[in-house]
Parts: sequence; C-alpha cells; structure tokens
Amino acid sequence: MKPMRATIRSVLTAIALCLALATPLHTSAAQETVPDGPTTAPTSAAETHDLAGLVSRLPKASYNEKSELAGAIAETGNPRVELILSSFSAGRLQATKEGRVVIALKDDGPYEDALTGDKLGMMEGIRLKKVRVNNRLRGELHGLVARLALSSPDASIRRHAARETFDAADPDSLPSIEKALSRETESDIAETLRQARAAIILKNGVVDEEGQLAAIETLRDRGDLEALNALLGLDKSDNLVLRESAASAVRSIKRTLEYWDVAQNVYYGLSLGSVLLLAAIGLAITFGVMGVINMAHGEMIMLGAYTTYVVQQVLLAVAPSLMSVSLIISIPAAFIVAGGAGILIERTIIRFLYGRPLETLLATWGLSLILQQAVRTIFGPTNKPVVAPDWMSGAFQLGQLTITSSRIWIIVFSMIVLAVLMAFLKYTHFGTQTRAVTQNRKMAASMGVRTNLVDALTFGLGSGVAGIAGVALSQIDNVSPNLGQSYIIDSFMVVVFGGVGNLWGTLVGAMTLGVANKLLEPFAGAVVGKIVVLIFIILFIQRRPRGLFALKGRFVDA
Amino acid sequence: MKLWKSALAGFAMLSATTAAHADSDTIKVGILHSLSGTMAISETTLKDDMLMLIKQQNEKGGLLGKKLEPVVVDPASNWPLFAEKMRQLLSQEKVAAVFGCWTSVSRKSVLPVVEELDGLLFYPVQYEGEESSRNVFYTGAAPNQQAIPAVDYLMEQEGVERWVLEGTDYVYPRTTNKILEAYLKSKGVKDEDIMINYTPFGFSDWQTEVSKIKTFGSAGKKTAVVSTINGDANVPFYKELANQGIKAEDIPVVAFSVGEEELAGIDTKPLVGHLAAWNYFQSVDTPANETFIKEWHDYTGNEKRVTNDPMEATYIGFNMWVKAVEKASTTDPDKVIAALPGTEVPNLTGGTAKMLPNHHITKPVLIGEVQDDGQFDVVWETDDLVAGDAWSDYLPGSKDLISDWTGGETGGTPCGNYDTKTEKCLGLKAMH
Amino acid sequence: MIFHRLKHISWDLALGVYVTLLVLAIAVPFFNLVVPEGSAFHLSTYMVTLLGKYMCYALLALALDLVWGYCGILSLGHGAFFALGGYAMGMYLMRMIGPRGVYGDPVLPDFMVFLNWKELPWYWLGFDIFPFAMLMVVLVPGILAFAFGYLAFRSRVTGVYFSIITQALTFALLLAFFRNDMGFGGNNGLTDFKDILGFDIQSDATRSGLFIVTIAALAAGFAICRAIVGSKLGKVLLAVRDAESRTRFLGYRTDRYKLFVWVVSACLAGVAGALYVPQVGIINPSEFAPANSIEAVVWVAVGGRGTLAGAILGGVLVNIFKTWFTGALPEFWLFALGALFVLVTLLLPRGIIGTALHYREKHLEKKASEDNAFDEIAPEQPHDEAQEELERAGA
Repeated sequence: MKPMRATIRSVLTAIALCLALATPLHTSAAQETVPDGPTTAPTSAAETHDLAGLVSRLPKASYNEKSELAGAIAETGNPRVELILSSFSAGRLQATKEGRVVIALKDDGPYEDALTGDKLGMMEGIRLKKVRVNNRLRGELHGLVARLALSSPDASIRRHAARETFDAADPDSLPSIEKALSRETESDIAETLRQARAAIILKNGVVDEEGQLAAIETLRDRGDLEALNALLGLDKSDNLVLRESAASAVRSIKRTLEYWDVAQNVYYGLSLGSVLLLAAIGLAITFGVMGVINMAHGEMIMLGAYTTYVVQQVLLAVAPSLMSVSLIISIPAAFIVAGGAGILIERTIIRFLYGRPLETLLATWGLSLILQQAVRTIFGPTNKPVVAPDWMSGAFQLGQLTITSSRIWIIVFSMIVLAVLMAFLKYTHFGTQTRAVTQNRKMAASMGVRTNLVDALTFGLGSGVAGIAGVALSQIDNVSPNLGQSYIIDSFMVVVFGGVGNLWGTLVGAMTLGVANKLLEPFAGAVVGKIVVLIFIILFIQRRPRGLFALKGRFVDA
Repeated sequence: MKLWKSALAGFAMLSATTAAHADSDTIKVGILHSLSGTMAISETTLKDDMLMLIKQQNEKGGLLGKKLEPVVVDPASNWPLFAEKMRQLLSQEKVAAVFGCWTSVSRKSVLPVVEELDGLLFYPVQYEGEESSRNVFYTGAAPNQQAIPAVDYLMEQEGVERWVLEGTDYVYPRTTNKILEAYLKSKGVKDEDIMINYTPFGFSDWQTEVSKIKTFGSAGKKTAVVSTINGDANVPFYKELANQGIKAEDIPVVAFSVGEEELAGIDTKPLVGHLAAWNYFQSVDTPANETFIKEWHDYTGNEKRVTNDPMEATYIGFNMWVKAVEKASTTDPDKVIAALPGTEVPNLTGGTAKMLPNHHITKPVLIGEVQDDGQFDVVWETDDLVAGDAWSDYLPGSKDLISDWTGGETGGTPCGNYDTKTEKCLGLKAMH
Repeated sequence: MIFHRLKHISWDLALGVYVTLLVLAIAVPFFNLVVPEGSAFHLSTYMVTLLGKYMCYALLALALDLVWGYCGILSLGHGAFFALGGYAMGMYLMRMIGPRGVYGDPVLPDFMVFLNWKELPWYWLGFDIFPFAMLMVVLVPGILAFAFGYLAFRSRVTGVYFSIITQALTFALLLAFFRNDMGFGGNNGLTDFKDILGFDIQSDATRSGLFIVTIAALAAGFAICRAIVGSKLGKVLLAVRDAESRTRFLGYRTDRYKLFVWVVSACLAGVAGALYVPQVGIINPSEFAPANSIEAVVWVAVGGRGTLAGAILGGVLVNIFKTWFTGALPEFWLFALGALFVLVTLLLPRGIIGTALHYREKHLEKKASEDNAFDEIAPEQPHDEAQEELERAGA
C-alpha cells in the first residue's frame, strides 16, 4: 500500500504543479512549495502551510484525496480555513473552469475568492462547478470544522462543536479536545467534551487500560444510544477486562433504555393521538353536534393545508421576512377558507338534507370528489412543498426521550384548539345556542333560537376547525389532493369510538386510539397494529353502540 | 323500458365511436398512463413525454412516410381498467405499439391481454424483474441495474456494514429486498446486521419506524437505509428523519423510488446528502440531456418542470421502437419484436442503450446525492453499462432461469424462462 | 294498499328486466361469435367483456338495494363481500394454472415461488376443486356477513353507526389483503389466469359463456330478491326500514329479519365478485377500497332504491357513463361523478325508476280520484328512513 500511495501522491503533486502553473495568480507560491521528487507528502511542513496549493487541488481530487487535503487544510491554521471547510461541507465551494476556487456566500451568490476573500459579486455568465462532497467526507468536514470551533468564544458554538466532535470521534481531534477541556468553563460543554474524548479513546484505544475503563464509565453515565454505539465497538476487544466492563455498561444502558422506550412509544402515541384529535375535532362538531355525516370533512383539512401553501407562496413573494410566522398567519386564513367553504356547502346542499343522514353522506362524498379534483386541476396532481419554520424543525432530548419539535407543537396546538372550542361552546352566546339546538331542536326553536343560522354557523365552525387541522398536518404529511382521504376514516373512528356529541369523548377517543396503535406497532407491525385497532373499534361499538361517552337523554332514542 | 332502449342505444354509440377510426394514413401509438387517481401524480408526466416525442418524430417526417397518431386513454389508476383499456387499444384502436404502465400490478394486469392479442408494450419504469414476456420490452431498470450497484457503492465508498431494508409492502420492495438480502449475505453480512421492514401504502406516521432505524443504527457499525418506500409515503418519511435529527452523514438513505419529481414536493434542505440510485438524473451534464431538457421545457411551457429516470426510459423505448420499425419496414408487432433485440440508440447520459435478447436494455448506474435545490448530484457511477437481468441470480426460484427471445442461448427456441439446469423452457410455452 | 299497487306496477317492470336480460344473453354471443369480424354488426370481444363487467356491477347493486332499499341498512362495505367472492374465484383460477406458471411449479402460484414460500398455506387447499371453490364464493362472504351482522344487529347498531363500521370492516380487509404475508399476492393480487373448468379463459367462446352465466346469475338474483320482497318477510323488512322500534314493539324479532337479508345480500355480492374476476382477469386488494363500496351505493341511488330494477339500471348506466367519460374527458370524470352524487340526492331522491314509478302512481291516483271522487285516498307516505330519523331526533 505504502509505495502505491506515495506514487499517487507524487502524481497528484505533479497535477497540482501543472494547475498552479496554469493559474497565474498563484504561480510563484506554488513553485516555491512544490519541491520535486517523489518523497513529498501533503503533511510535509513546506506544503501544509500552503493553503493555496491545497485548495486548488480540491476540485479534481477523488474523495479519498479530498479527505486528506481537507485534513491538511485544517492543519494550516489559516484564519480562512474554517470558512473554507464549512463552505466545502455545505457544497458552496465552487470552481471556475480555470480552476479558481470560490465560495458562494448564499445559494446563488454573491461569491468571494476562497483564498483571499476578494468579493467577486454575482459572477454572472461564468460557469461554476461545485466541488463535490459525499456523506463520508461531509462527516469528516463537520468534525474538522467542529475541532476549529472548539476554541470559539461563543458558548453555543462551542456546545454545538463539542457534540459534533463526539459524533465524528476523530482521533486527530484529541489534542484540540484536551486543550478545549483545560479552559472550558461551561460544565455541560466540558461533560460533552469528556464524553467525546471517551468515545475517541474507546474507538482507537489510544490510552492504557485504566484510561479506557474510565472512558467506559463516562459513557455509561451518558447512557444514550450514541454511548451504546461507542461501547458496542468494544465487544470484539482482546482485553477481557475491558470487554467485560463494556458489556456490563451496555447491559445497564440497554436496561434503562427499555423503560425509556415505553415512554417514547407513549409519546409517539400521544402525538399520533393529537393528529387524530385535530383531524376529528371538526367532525365531532358537525357529526356530533349536528348529526351531519360530512364525508367532505377530509377535504376541509386539505383546503387548510393548501391555504398554508398559498400563504407561504404569497409571503415568499411579498414579504419573505414574515416566513417564520407563516404558519401563524395561515391559521386564521385556513379557518376562514375552510369555514367559508363549509357555510357555502351547508347553505347550498346540506340544509336540504337535514334528517336524512345517509343521503347527506352520499352528497358530501360527491362533494369531496369534486373538491379533490378541483384542487388537482388548480394546483396540479403533485405534492406541494410546505416549508417548516425553524422553530418547528429539529428535536430535543428529554432524558432519553427524543421530542421532535413539530410533534410537540402539534400536541400543544391540538390542546389549545380543543380548549378554545370547549370554552367557546360553553361560555359564548352562540355556543349556548348551538348546544340548545343539539339537545332539543324543537324546544330551542320555540325559545326563539334561529336554528337555521345556528346550523350554518356550526357547520362553518366545524369546517373551519378542520381547516386549522390542515395547517398542522401540512407539517407532517403530503400536501396533495389525496390528503383528506387518508384521514376521513380515522376521523370517523375517533368520533364514533369517543361518543357522539361530546368533545371530551373525542379527546379520550383520539388519545386512546393513538397510544394503542403506537404500543402495538413495535411488535405487531404498523399494518397489523392498525387492523387490530379497527377490529377493536368494530367490537367496541357492539358493546356500546353510542361510543365511550354517550350522551344520555330522551333525544337519543336507540 | 324506454330507458333500457336508450341504454342500449348508448352502447351502440360507444362501440361505434371506438371502432370508427380506421385511418390508414397514420400509425397509431397507444399511451396507457393513469391521468386520474393516485398514480396520476407520476404517470401524467410520461403521457406528456410521449406526446412530445411523437410530435418531434412527426416534425422529422413521421415514420415509414406516415404520421404518428397518439391514442391516449386513462386507466384511472384502476388495475382491472388497465387490462380493459389495453384491450381497447389493441383490438379497437389497432395501435402499433403501446407505451405505458407504471406500477407492477398494472403491468401484471395488462400482461395476459398483450400476450393474447400479440401486441407490443414498452414499460418504462424500474421494476422487480422476475418476468419476461415476448411482447413486453422493459426499458426501466431491473434490480441488478439499480439496487445491487447502490449497495456496492455504500459498502465500498461509505463503509456501510449494517443495513435497514425499508419498503412499502408490495411486490417490488419485497422482491428487491429478497435479492438484496441474498446479495448482502453472499458478501458476508450477518443476519443480525440486516433489518427488513414493511409499511403499508401511504403510510404517514413514521415515528416508530424511524426510531427503530435509529436504534438499529446504534450498534457500533456504520448503518445505511435502503429505501423502496413508494410514492406518497416518502414525504412524511423524510420529514420524520429530519425531525429526529438523522443526518445523511450518520445514516444515509439510498432510495430507488425517489426522483426529481418526488423531491419537488419536499423541502429538501434537511435531506441533503441522502442518496438515490437511478440510471438517469436531470443534472447529468451531456449535450443530449441539455437538448432533451430544453425541448421538454419548451413543450410544456414551464421552465420548472423536472425530468426524471422513467422519462429517459420512455425516450429510449420510443427511439428503439422507431429504429426497429424502420429496420423491419413495417409496424407489424411480430416483425418489430424480431427486429428489436440488438437495436442500439443513444441514451441521455452519454452512452448507448442496447436492447438485449431478454428484452431488457443496457444502462449505466448512477448514484446521486440530494441537493438543496431538489436536484441530484452524481457522486458515483458504474464504469461500464450494466446489462439488465430478467431473472435474479440471487433468488432460489430463479437463479437457474435465463431469458432469450432470439433463441441463441436457449437451445434454438425463443424462451422467456429457460431453466439452464433441466434445459427446458418452463411454464405455458412448455405446454405447446 | 301501497304494497299492493307497487307489486302491480313492478310486475311489468320485472318482465322488462327478464326480457332485456334474455335478449342480451342471446344477442351478445350471437353478434360476437356468429357475425364475422369484418361485419359492421360484429360485437368485439372488448365489448363482451365490458358488458360482462357491467352485469357483475348490476348484480352487486342489486344486492345492495336489497338491504338498503328494503331494509334501510346502508352498507358502505359491500365491496368487501364482492372482493371476497372474487378472491375465492381467483384462488380457483390460480390453482388451475398448474405448472404453466413462469417458474413451472406444479402447485405454488408464481408470487409464492419468488417470495420463497415452500408450501401452499392451508387456506389455499381445496380451491383446485371447482365445486368447493364455488361453495366458498358464497360461504366466505356469507359467514363474514353472518358474524358481523349477528353482532351488530343484536346490539342494535343502526343507521349511520352501522354504515361507518361496515366501512371500517372493508378498510381493515383492504389493509390485510395488501400484506404480502397474508398469502394472497399482496398488491399485485391474483392474475394471469389460464383456464376455467378446462376452457381457455382467453377464447371468445369462453367469454361469451361467462357472459351468459353472468346474465343467468343476475336474473336468478333478481328473482330471489323479488321473491324475498314480495313475501310476508319482505313486508316486515319494509316495516323495519320505516319504523324499526315500532316493528319490534309489535313482537317481531327485527334483528333476525335483518340478519337474513344481510347474509343473502352478501352472498349475492360474493357471486357478483366471482363472476367479475374471470372476465376482467385480475383481483387485487383495491377492490376492498371504501371508495368502491360508496360508488356502488350511488349506482343504486341513481337507479332508484327500493325498486330492484332500478339498482340494475343504475349499475349499468353509471358504468357506461364512466367508461365513456374516462375515455373522452378523463380530467373531468371526478367532477361528473361528484356532481352525480350531489344532484341525485338533492333533486332525484327516488332515483330514475323510483321517480318514474312515483309519477305513474300519482297519475293512477289522480285517475282513480277522478273516477271516484269520494274514495278515500291514502296520504302520500315518504317511505325513507327520513321520517324515522326525524322522529328519533325529536326534530
């Protein structure tokens, strides 16, 4: 291998030489630093300090060579290294045909020279080629950048960098980690650094047995999947003591993780439940309160999701600075769009069909087909991208639970919607009228309630809430004409299971079904889990034909 | 009674309208892609692609001195309807060839009809293999032209040792994963380092599955996901990956069903670095591809319309058909079928596609990384063209089978499923 | 009095149905097989299979009308029984392929070979015997309907709730049949059939034969349904439909009556499915899709529920409309279907035949009252569940 590599390097050096010669700007520098003869390696002192030579070789190098070059670039200690390497990993390091390497400061420019930092403007008309990176290289680059960032004065950058060094577990980082540890003041960053050191030690066995045992302890205390990952590498170690110690640490971590696993599944269940709740809550109003089978309910959700898309497109064109709050703007917009559509449907179709629930079912099903095709005609059949704002992407750890931001927001959001809706029905004048009409239509009418108006507004309310659900669902599902269809059956199951005409029932129903589904899924599989839940609902309805929380009273004559 | 009469009258009209076109000045070409229903999202593009190709051919003077006439029908993503429309195209419209189908089930549905009526079908989508029909030409990738090179890449270039085979529960992922499992084992990967998992169509709640992948990936070995997840389920899958913080550097996902068109519906920023294996990418920098993309944009009048692999396969299939018709000087399917093997046409990635005796073609295999603009950046490609293999060498049921419709390797008789062990042609053909 | 008159009116309607079916059964094979292909009067094989498919749909619509039109049970899951019958037939046809599959395996279907199945699962046994398979065509949907109906009717799950759980039923089956581990071929389903009872399934003669059998099954189904609704049992069913509680108070075990028609209807749907499969050449889980079942409901609604002949007419008409539309204006098909749903429920709640009968009845009444002005005329009774539902809701 060795001689082979040396040959490759010499060839490369020659190429670099040619390139350097071809680039007038750097001619003198390159000539100085590329001595002739096959013994030269990129790590030689003369070359490591020549950033220009290294960078200029990047565009034509293979991935393995790029990896070596990147290491050498990091060694130079040049102040531009961090920017060069981070741009490289982000795919913003680009080269002109002549071999000049530039950095794109944003996706489509402006550009600056990678070495000098000279501003180059938009470089229009010049054909740029990206210096290619693949995943392995990107991982290494992140490690290198993190190593450099360990000495940043900003604690949050250091914290991030410490995590990155843990993930990269690059033995070359060890000296930088030691150095960073010696002056780190934030205890949590220091802890991460110690763990990173431990992971590197275990991976590469760079210290004695005692040091390795200490490293195992450090990782045992960390106790998460990454620690497990690092520890499992030891199960083939020749050292019996180490192997035993690592195995016991692995067992202990696995045991704790099992408990966390159940909790994690419950969280997933609650998250699924909140999605179901959002999807079903509008239906609970139209079906539960009004007795109307609205098969177009799913399409109201879809309208909400498309409203989100449109709002984002408009904001992007008109006020890009508002993009981060686009979802918040979408909520009232979706409510109005879907609610308006709901009122329109109620006035033109449903009001003629009161008291004939099965026919409402057919008419609204037909309506749902029309709405789907209309959206398909207007927006096209393909999925539409809805951008997630920063505050809704990513995840954080709570103990060993991974809490994804988008999901936790959806849970919170569904609870807010439920609470607002309940308060609305309970404390407002309109809410009182709605409940009166639900409980006894004739009586309410004789007391002077305009049941027609109440019907229209209630239907609008239910549809509007479905539209709001669409805003939330656009974050986790496809925004496509079929969006609504995938939720309609689930929504009906939730409402029927929870009991009609009772929002508490909807809440309990949604959460029960969500958690049951997610607890079944790990061992039964997604499909069987769902089938089991469906059969359970079918059988449950036999026991309690009116659902979990049935309204009692004379009006529900069974 | 009147209504019954009008119903019958309706029938008469129906049969009259469908049988009326018998214009011999044109050559009819059938296009059988869903324009409504769940598959419209993918197939509509191919219909437009075909219309563009036919228009271009007509501008070049048509074929055999006649104009080509496209006959478009909509099987509406309904599988029995595919068979019905295929029968309509072949027996009512008398088309010279049909370009169509996307899903395996639609192809399986039309297969008996194409064979019964001795038609000609060009199928442009990557599929699971395990099929060879005299009347069907497969211009998409067989598993050895997509799945196996992708796994090779991950093993060699990214050092992957642990594998998650994640797929939608239907025949393409099932077969592909069976082949990959056997292939990985032949490369020394142990059972405990392979996890196979299936989810239903349109699956949207990926929390548990993704966390399973995360756990599986934490065993001290570099892990990758090989995804045969279909269509709509992909968006929530990638969203969940991004949300749970799985980056491409940690656990790369290589997909076989995610192309430019699918990415158009996703915010791709969190996906950068995940991979796809295809035989064509829009980003491939060749003059042929540049022209093709420009023509596509001109034809659709939309600068943002992307191109994708099945479009290239359609392009190749159409050009091969044109060439074979010219060679045979007739559109008679029997003669064209005989003329097709050996036909060579340029593909869009700078190489040449050749129709093989097993009715599959040669293709390069490209691995692309997702970029933040929804395009793929080619990070690796095979040195040579890979010949499509109808019957996988890694499945116990088919490893001894070969297909040769010229009869060269099957003892002189053309055969789609010839058992090299018993030296017999299996199945229906054996009974005759 | 109304019953009497309905019976009278529906007899010439029924005669019309029988005559039309007979004409079709003779004419279609004649124009397909006897008239030479070049002739303008030749009926293509494509049309024969298309007509055969419509007749299967008509039988499904008939089955649905029996429970919905006469007993007020709206099933949104009849597609499940249809598909189960189809799968039973499909399994028989798969077994008949024998060693002619691509792998040449004498017993296992192709999809089992390439998924490495070693032997036939137990539930596939016996399907190579035609009478057994035909028994299963009726029995499997029948038993499922019995179990489901027994539970549901006993616990008095009615109206919308019943509709929704039938939808859950077919949805659960859809998910189950999509699973490849179930051993029914997953999404690809069962296809590539070769022959039925030794006859080549692709020959024109077999297709015509299947068409005649389908017509016969439809006629038989029609006769059975007529017999049921014309009997005393049928009157009880109508009573259940219009006021179930009152019927129960009168001492009728309504759940048993409902269960009976429910099971009969499921068996008919199974037969329709079984005849559908050899004619279209494939059975796949998408037949279980809830949307299919709902579409079948609209056929009945268009034709006129509670008229039997209307269901047949609706099944055929809507599907002709669909064939034409998906060919001519594919982009607008869903708009048309959707509009059909809405307009029929709003403007034509009785359906085509129902409306025709209604006007004829009115005309007769008017004539009768003109003839004898002093005769007491029964007030118009809207006999749908609307009345019942209104009473129930206390509205």
